[in-house]
Amino acid sequence: MKNMGGMLLTTTPFSEIVMGNTALVRAMVEAGTRVVTSYPGSPTPEIAIAIQSIPADRRPFYFEFSTNEKVAAEVAFGASINGHLATVFFKSVGLNVAADTFVQFSLMHCLGGLVVVLGDDPGANSSQNEQDNRHYARMSYTPVLEPANPTEVYEYYLEAANLARTTAKAIILRLTTHVCHAKERVAFRGWNPPAAYDDRPRFDPGLGSYIPITARVFAPKREALAALGRVERWVDERGLHRVIGNGGERGLITSGMVALSAQEVLAEVPETLEKPAILKLAMPYPLPVRAIAEFLAARREVKILEELDDNLEKEIKALAYDQGLATRIVGKGELDDWVGEYTPDKVRAILHRTWPDLVPAPRVAATAMPVPLRPAQMCPGCGHRSAFHAIKQALPADGAITVADIGCHTLGFQEPYRMGEVLLCMGASTGIGSGLALFNRSRPVVAFLGDSTFFHAGLPGIVNALFNRHNLTLVLMENGTTAMTGHQEHAASGRNANGPVDAIPVRRVLEGLGVRNIFEVDTYRQKELTELMRQALAQEGFSVVIARHPCMLLFTRNQRRKSGYQARHVHIDQATCARIHTCVQTFACPSFSRAADGSVSVNPELCIGDGSCIQTCPTGAIARDGQEGGTP
Amino acid sequence: MNPFAIYLCGVGGQGIGLLSEILLRAADYAGYVAKAVDTHGLAQRGGVVVSHIRLGETVHTPLIPAYGADLVVGLERHEALRGAQAMLRDGGALVYFDTVLQPLGVRLGTEAEITNADVDRACASRGIAVHRMTCPNLADPRMQNIVVLGHLHLLGLVGEVTAEHSLRAMDDLLEGPVLAANVGLFRSIAATARQAP
Repeated sequence: MKNMGGMLLTTTPFSEIVMGNTALVRAMVEAGTRVVTSYPGSPTPEIAIAIQSIPADRRPFYFEFSTNEKVAAEVAFGASINGHLATVFFKSVGLNVAADTFVQFSLMHCLGGLVVVLGDDPGANSSQNEQDNRHYARMSYTPVLEPANPTEVYEYYLEAANLARTTAKAIILRLTTHVCHAKERVAFRGWNPPAAYDDRPRFDPGLGSYIPITARVFAPKREALAALGRVERWVDERGLHRVIGNGGERGLITSGMVALSAQEVLAEVPETLEKPAILKLAMPYPLPVRAIAEFLAARREVKILEELDDNLEKEIKALAYDQGLATRIVGKGELDDWVGEYTPDKVRAILHRTWPDLVPAPRVAATAMPVPLRPAQMCPGCGHRSAFHAIKQALPADGAITVADIGCHTLGFQEPYRMGEVLLCMGASTGIGSGLALFNRSRPVVAFLGDSTFFHAGLPGIVNALFNRHNLTLVLMENGTTAMTGHQEHAASGRNANGPVDAIPVRRVLEGLGVRNIFEVDTYRQKELTELMRQALAQEGFSVVIARHPCMLLFTRNQRRKSGYQARHVHIDQATCARIHTCVQTFACPSFSRAADGSVSVNPELCIGDGSCIQTCPTGAIARDGQEGGTP
Repeated sequence: MNPFAIYLCGVGGQGIGLLSEILLRAADYAGYVAKAVDTHGLAQRGGVVVSHIRLGETVHTPLIPAYGADLVVGLERHEALRGAQAMLRDGGALVYFDTVLQPLGVRLGTEAEITNADVDRACASRGIAVHRMTCPNLADPRMQNIVVLGHLHLLGLVGEVTAEHSLRAMDDLLEGPVLAANVGLFRSIAATARQAP
């Protein structure tokens, strides 16, 4: 829809085709959410896009991108204990960053209610693992609602908000990638904007045990455990757990989008056979004992169909033991049952293994012609490519160690660059590099870090490298934005989610910390970058090379929007080209195409004319359109 | 209305998302119960982008099972073949814009580029009808998606979804000169449709 912001503020009931992430924002509006915080991460950035489609002065709640997920969770918590309904959202592994803060929520009286929206990523579509965040729910006594589609995202957020407010607790709304991105027509209720909001600060230290240390931990812990029972009954009474079909002796327990895969597969069971019923759990934690016990008691055999880990399976088996139920419970079998997203194809294979008489074997793959893979890569004209190309030339061929971090530059690990050979998580590169530098006299250590990540979790590693005098070089790839997740602002951007602010310059932060050796150059000046890199590596101790240029994708996109924009390209002078192939094979910008005869051309559909390749050609055969030859 | 599944694939930056959203909304206007999902993972410009659309009242999930697509729409030759081989049912239709954005291995010289003859051969063995198209002198390569959309209607491959439904969907999603340019291009192809015998 053209006017998403207007749609999200519609006062009368309506329906619209939306993705799960957009449906969520409409629910935030209807629920009276007052504070929303986040750090960007797939699959959740479209939540922020929907929020930001509402002009800041018409937004019925405050929104910010915080510096990381932990801070985002803290801001939301602070708002909540002041009486405001608050929501924090981030991607799966964001909960690891927020964990120190998050695990305390259940001990707290969250006066206005607190909803933690997680974008989990079964299948690791865009994450460094596919962790099952239901473990955190169990560890921290935090209830989890799991919607299956955009309609349920909308409905369950309203339930979560209501529950969080009523119980003054934190509630998790656990989305997964294809729930966030699924699109369908959703029917929305009307919205009555309140005449005024109650903005009084209502924090009252007497309301809860807000200082949980030593013996003061036990009373709120008992209360958190007791609250789980109340939440379990509340969800049960709301009728959110659903039994689909009648079934006979066999049944299936599942939740979230997996339930849709199961319905899809079981729809193919022939009419002559008895189709197993599905118990779809709206809230897998705390375990809905009544619904599950009834479902088990009425069946001889029940399959637990559970994406990622076997949380439900273990709990349901324990429940059956406690209640003396003889139902045969079929859980996971093969290792692959713990791996990957439970798509209809995967569920078909699992259910065929469970009930071969009901579910036919998946179709054997047809013989196929191999198609060259297309791994994700840096954009045409990306400054990271230019930087990697230049930095590589400063490194000893026989053994530098390069450490990756999270961001677009992570993709440098691929052929032909192989820059950044080990990756953990946000901000980890300097710390890993420091460890790699210990006892190491022969292999220089280079760590990479982006500027958004610098503020997110990069600073402690840098401070540690200075504090403990580690010997490595950090390359700060400063492009002024959080590019990988869709160009969100960060502390050095000069803007936040609501408007212009003073930038916090990365270089001055480093100087303030006491980094003595700071080298700085435009990302696209390859010879200088190579030379500065050599100088940095020659320094004993911690050095930083700042390779700076605005993200070229964002820059070009903004240029295109201006009137009078002229597309720029480069071309290859075929008479000068000696087919050395540095451009296509070593620099490897996707804009270059290689013909079967070995000749190289520029694909004008991809080339953005940044010209960073011109420096790489040994014979000077690359030139801007309208110019002859090039400069070697 | 019988269930119908469309699998769209291409390379990041080609406009798969917009094409998918237009088809989804057009199908909704045509009266289908429609679900869709984009799977773009780490797709920066240059990665694979895929979108699933499923139409019909009996559809639960937007994810199309392997060999479950009635129609595969590709905006690039390699992705078209990859999509058709993994997702298209035997006897389905493959429609693709015949441009090549070379995958990494081809550029590095370690793998061979897929040819149109490769596509024809692979599809013939499974009874798949292949429709490929180009559009010489297209002002902006980002409008290749609209060329394909026009041809989908020209070929009558999108069930009961008509060109008027697609125009309404475009009007929902685009505005100003971008809308005008896309509608103009779309109509020029649809006009060919009316003149065809």
